[in-house]
Amino acid sequence: MKNNSRRGFMGKAFGAVAGVGAVASLYAMKRSWDPLPSVKAAGFTTLDMSQYKENELVTEKWRGKPIFVLKQTAEMVKKAEENPKDMERLIKIGNDYFLVCLGLCTHLGCIPGYNPDEQSFLCACHGGMYDFTGDVTKAPPPRGLDIPPFKVDGNKLVLGEEGPEYKKMLENGITLKA
Amino acid sequence: MAHFTKAKNLHDWLNQRLAIDTLNRVLATEYWIPKNINFLWAMGMILAITFGLLLVSGIFLLMYYQPNIDLAFDSVNYTIMQEVGYGWLWRHVHGVAASVVFLIIYIHMFTGIYYGSYKNGREMIWISGMLLFVAFSAEAFSGYMLPWGQMSYWAGMVITNLFAGGSLHADGLVEWIRGDYVPAQAFLNRFFMLHVLLIPLAIIGLIGLHFGALRIPHVNNQDGEEIDFDAEAKKYLAGDKANSKVIRFMNDFLAKDMMVVGIFLILFFYLVFYHYDFAMDPVNFDPADGLKTPAHIYPEWYFLWSYEILRPFSTDVGLIAFAFAQVIFFLLPFLDKSPNAVPASRRGLFKYWFWAMLIDMIILTAMGKVPPEGVFSTIGLYAALTFIGLWIILPFITKFEKKV
Ligand code: FES
Repeated sequence: MKNNSRRGFMGKAFGAVAGVGAVASLYAMKRSWDPLPSVKAAGFTTLDMSQYKENELVTEKWRGKPIFVLKQTAEMVKKAEENPKDMERLIKIGNDYFLVCLGLCTHLGCIPGYNPDEQSFLCACHGGMYDFTGDVTKAPPPRGLDIPPFKVDGNKLVLGEEGPEYKKMLENGITLKA
Repeated sequence: MAHFTKAKNLHDWLNQRLAIDTLNRVLATEYWIPKNINFLWAMGMILAITFGLLLVSGIFLLMYYQPNIDLAFDSVNYTIMQEVGYGWLWRHVHGVAASVVFLIIYIHMFTGIYYGSYKNGREMIWISGMLLFVAFSAEAFSGYMLPWGQMSYWAGMVITNLFAGGSLHADGLVEWIRGDYVPAQAFLNRFFMLHVLLIPLAIIGLIGLHFGALRIPHVNNQDGEEIDFDAEAKKYLAGDKANSKVIRFMNDFLAKDMMVVGIFLILFFYLVFYHYDFAMDPVNFDPADGLKTPAHIYPEWYFLWSYEILRPFSTDVGLIAFAFAQVIFFLLPFLDKSPNAVPASRRGLFKYWFWAMLIDMIILTAMGKVPPEGVFSTIGLYAALTFIGLWIILPFITKFEKKV
């Protein structure tokens, strides 16, 4: 009897030691699988916004992801003004308005194509569509194209930093945290 | 300690130390197989052999493959294909086997469903088999990443995005899985590790479990007859081979198994030498480009049916439907409420259910391949709904089945 309880105690003691070790090693495994610090640090890109032409889609790269930059024509801005929600998606730099968004479909992450004549985006993967402000016009994508964190700096745009204009977009639910 | 005597020969020497005679008896000469099973029961052996082919060809590919985003594409498409002597052979064997193995798995699965081989004590065979199916799917997906072509990259993008869980927006989880914001070096390395080590280990373990699960309930037979294996084995050993319902695994049954395997291998190597391209997507011969999506993204043919179940719905509903399709087959032994473990043709409504399910999955597969437009989306939608509906009615139609 005495023996049995001693063995029982040893079993429990071993269980406790092994349990602590297991939890600790799971944590270490989780951390090893995390993105490296160097990957996270390389997350900033600066764009010179004076180089873009109206209604011509340019694809930049930020954190390995494509970023769409679309300078709006006066006519497009007028159209957007009719719908305040559209207007809020645009970024004003000087007197110009830009759509700057992640070029990844909010459905499953394919890259939509831009048609300058119809001023709309089509995601060929599952047929999703967006207008020139990146707002979704045809499902399956659940929402408009996401806008990356940005900060306006004169006529430059820093991607990866959260400026006041971006924070306002987040608050208004224009975009999700990308 | 056991008593050792001076060995008469090598066989005796080994036998004293490893009991090889006992092993041979338990695993081969007195492992009993019912007589009345047809060639469809040889699929298990074909799968084991195909797995062996994948392992050997994989080892040779591993010697020249470079898990680096700048080198991977050329190491496969140039070094292995052009420079390495017979490198093309290993690649074609590996590629064709990866595709064909799923065809055989599906035949194996549907054979099991048709003959009710997942019922009445054989549940663990079915469940361990489904676990193998999942492991093979993960193995195929991780292997598909390695040549780092356009389809690799974008399949990696789309599939890992599924883990964001639609409206849950678990983007942190997706980035954690990738080890980067997009599929990049960390992603390639970890999928390389999964493909060559962790998942193969899991597969080997699961194959052990799958075989072990067979040991007590024994393999089912063509008539769903409940055989008393001990009594029949006794008859056989007493010399009454004609009246016994069972035969030895070795050499009796193995002869038939190997005959089927032989035919399979001829077809297999015909594909390897003359039609290897069916297992290779042309889009994957463009190097990965994170800034350009191919016009039309689709998975390999064996994932098309579950991909098509995801596609016609909005994101969240689609994800739920997709998750449903992934797990529902596991529950088959419990959703089929009928007491019968006999061929579908002798059962009630289940016989229509079986063919409806098979045809529906073929339609889903076909629709998953074509672009999601017009009438195809409509057919896809109805086929997806039919799939879900069939599973929902299964317990009801089998409940009222009379015992045969
Ligand atoms: S990824 Fe764009 S519509 Fe599905």
